[in-house]
Amino acid sequence: MAKLTINGQTHDIKINPDTPLLWAIRENVGLTGTKYGCGIAQCGACTVHLDGQPVRSCSLPVSAAEGKQITTIEGLAQNGVLSKVQQAWVDNDVPQCGYCQSGMIMAVSALLKDKPKPTDADINRAITNICRCGTFQQVREAIHAAAASA
Amino acid sequence: MNYIPKMNRRFFVATSAALGGGLALGIDLPLGPRVVRAADGSPEIGVWVVVRPDDTVVIRIARSEMGQGTLTGLAQLVAEELECDWSKVVTEYPTPGQNVARKRAWGDFGTGGSRGIRESQDYVRKGGATARMMLVQAAANEWKAPASECSAANSVVTHGPSGRKLSYGKLAEAAAKIEPPKDVMLKDPKSWKIAGKGLKRLDTADKVNGKMVYGIDVKLPGMLNAAIKDCPVFGGKVKSFDAAKVTGMDGVKKVVQVGDSAVAVVADTWWHAKSALDALPIVFDMGDNAKVTSASIAAWLKEGLDADQAFVGNQNGDAKNALAKAAKKVTADYGYPYQNHACMEPMNATALYTPEKCEVWCGTQNGEGAFAAAMEASGLPADKVEVYKIMLGGGFGRRGRSDYVTQAVSIAKQMPGTPVKLLWSREEDMQHCTYHPVTQCRLSAGLDDKGNLDALHVRISGQSILTAIFPARLVNGMDPATFQGLAKTGEAAIGYTVPNLLVDHAMRNPHVPPGFWRGVNVNQNAIYLECFMDELAKEAGVDAVEFRRKLMANHPKHLGVLNAVAERIGWGKPAPAGVFRGIAQHMGYGSYVAAAAEVSVDGNKVKIHRIVGATDPGYAVNPAQIERQMSGSFVYGLSALFYGECTVKDGQIEQTNFDTYDSMRIAQMPKVESIIMPSGGFWGGVGEPTICVAPPAVLNAIFAATGKRLRSIPLKNHGLTIA
Repeated sequence: MAKLTINGQTHDIKINPDTPLLWAIRENVGLTGTKYGCGIAQCGACTVHLDGQPVRSCSLPVSAAEGKQITTIEGLAQNGVLSKVQQAWVDNDVPQCGYCQSGMIMAVSALLKDKPKPTDADINRAITNICRCGTFQQVREAIHAAAASA
Repeated sequence: MNYIPKMNRRFFVATSAALGGGLALGIDLPLGPRVVRAADGSPEIGVWVVVRPDDTVVIRIARSEMGQGTLTGLAQLVAEELECDWSKVVTEYPTPGQNVARKRAWGDFGTGGSRGIRESQDYVRKGGATARMMLVQAAANEWKAPASECSAANSVVTHGPSGRKLSYGKLAEAAAKIEPPKDVMLKDPKSWKIAGKGLKRLDTADKVNGKMVYGIDVKLPGMLNAAIKDCPVFGGKVKSFDAAKVTGMDGVKKVVQVGDSAVAVVADTWWHAKSALDALPIVFDMGDNAKVTSASIAAWLKEGLDADQAFVGNQNGDAKNALAKAAKKVTADYGYPYQNHACMEPMNATALYTPEKCEVWCGTQNGEGAFAAAMEASGLPADKVEVYKIMLGGGFGRRGRSDYVTQAVSIAKQMPGTPVKLLWSREEDMQHCTYHPVTQCRLSAGLDDKGNLDALHVRISGQSILTAIFPARLVNGMDPATFQGLAKTGEAAIGYTVPNLLVDHAMRNPHVPPGFWRGVNVNQNAIYLECFMDELAKEAGVDAVEFRRKLMANHPKHLGVLNAVAERIGWGKPAPAGVFRGIAQHMGYGSYVAAAAEVSVDGNKVKIHRIVGATDPGYAVNPAQIERQMSGSFVYGLSALFYGECTVKDGQIEQTNFDTYDSMRIAQMPKVESIIMPSGGFWGGVGEPTICVAPPAVLNAIFAATGKRLRSIPLKNHGLTIA
């Protein structure tokens, strides 16, 4: 058994505590916005927040997430209002296939909490997610737009 | 609302169980005109358009959306002719099964070769225009006025003389009963109001909140999950496996063989399935291919560089004779490796089999191919098979193959009545691709005493995609696709006139399966030709752009994009200190493309300071999305240039994940300065063409910076990284 708090809701799930958090979120809790891309913390598609910090949930055991606040892409909007990062993504028409964008948005949301007005160098350091469609140009523009809208 | 939904119950149950929405065949019979209705009861007005009573316009999209924006672009073309309110447009996919049942009413579902828009634009625009004419006629009938006095705009038909108005939602029922017109005129693209504009995509909202359902996210009641291991050596077989070792593990339901080469574990969750698969003892018969290595493949291809036998793809004059007599002869050998598409979403499909019905949910670039695969694997006839297309987490050509559908159905067939979702691990995906084919190329040129290019022989040696995938498309054994960008005419024609030209192909097909990989054969051909042009210009002592221009008098559209990037990058003017330029042009998928780059090289670090791209796609249906395809394709192409290589050892691919098969990150990608210059009169593709010019432009700039010519990729093998 494990007790996970995801987007403010507590879930008691029957699971081996060694299971990667990603699969607990996707399969046991049923929130599929968080994506599987590599399973080895390379691509960032599985990025969620643990107590506000971005983590790659494919390589983090459930046991390490117990007792912490887990936020997924489904938890960003508040009362149906998109977060400023999500809104910037819409305004800048960022996603192509969109598969990596949950992780990208979670990574960017954490960056903006840490650095509300990031420079390009800050972005380059913090955002290491892979996007095979190659949306980086729009991602960068949208990060600056989100920072400016704050 | 006063309409009564009519629907085919079985279809409705299936689709709403999965994703809601979708199409249904509800036909008003036996009395009155034939009206076909969507799942919610709204009438079709022709096969491409459904209008709901609340004025919502549903546009059917036959091609697959995988990020390239075709769904939005096709909807724009239909909406343009339909004269509808763009803010009320939604889209839906007809299913492959519906397409079969209705005698391919929606035509080809295939989404590859950058054909989504250019090969369906005519009939989808006519679909929009047809629906508009039926709506106008319905209004004219209502008002007992001639249709010529009525006009349509923004989803409203207006009677000119009286000023009366009716919205499409009010007219839909009557319009659906009108005989479709036979003669349909299309607008001059110059008068486009919706098409041709950089509108936002229609599919963004659910991609920023986690709601978009990809194949990996499909949920069905009672569904189980499968993880699979195929023989790591292509062509090998399963010899034995010891299911008893894992049947007691958490959640495991069944261990099944899949075809003759793979084993799958089915469990309650995918994590349980994968964990058990990892623990499952499997013995493979690797077969003779286990002896093959990258070195043995390279040696075989090298032999082809001067083999006597080769398929001739393009020739004029007498290149061999002219080469023998040339004042100066230049020769260089190039090579291009195997590469994996590495879609962010690994391959997957969900299947539900009973003896009466086989249903599949999957992302696919080839709905009809997935349907055929499901038929074959299930053994059921077409009327008992259905495929529901789902958003693709990347395609790039990989999802044009249906191997993962065949596997999913094969597993589901061994568990009748239970839906099973098959998901490949990244490792499985990396090692069971249909790879960018491997080739080498020897280019031999003869320059006259003034440094003019008099003779050129391009000898390609290596793998043919069509031989592996569409052997029926070979021409007397020759694979015409091998010559993309080097052909005499057509959608991928060479942009140079050389007095004596020979382009030929010594086909060598290793056992590693090849496939269509975004850009396909223009990727290597652009590097071969455009880097060699740079070499020749250097040998001739002529500026690289001037050298090309002399050969391009008969190729004004190729020249147009070359000139555009040369001007934008500042070719001919001094570059910043320590920065060097390179340029390239090519043609593919009906579009003319060029790139110019500015780089600096510091030790082993290559910094791309600027990169400019240009495309002339004939018509630009959505310039904002074309710009995104250009910058995105440059990321894909430059990732391939610096990192992209799948090597073969013991007959299998060595790379297993992104740690050994890397991809560019945001820090490494400069802004792409895009020039979209549609010259009209033809329809070129968008998703792929531009990918091929970024690598040779950067390679030529690296040569300018270092004086060292790099003739094989990826550049990591030369010790270079991208800063």
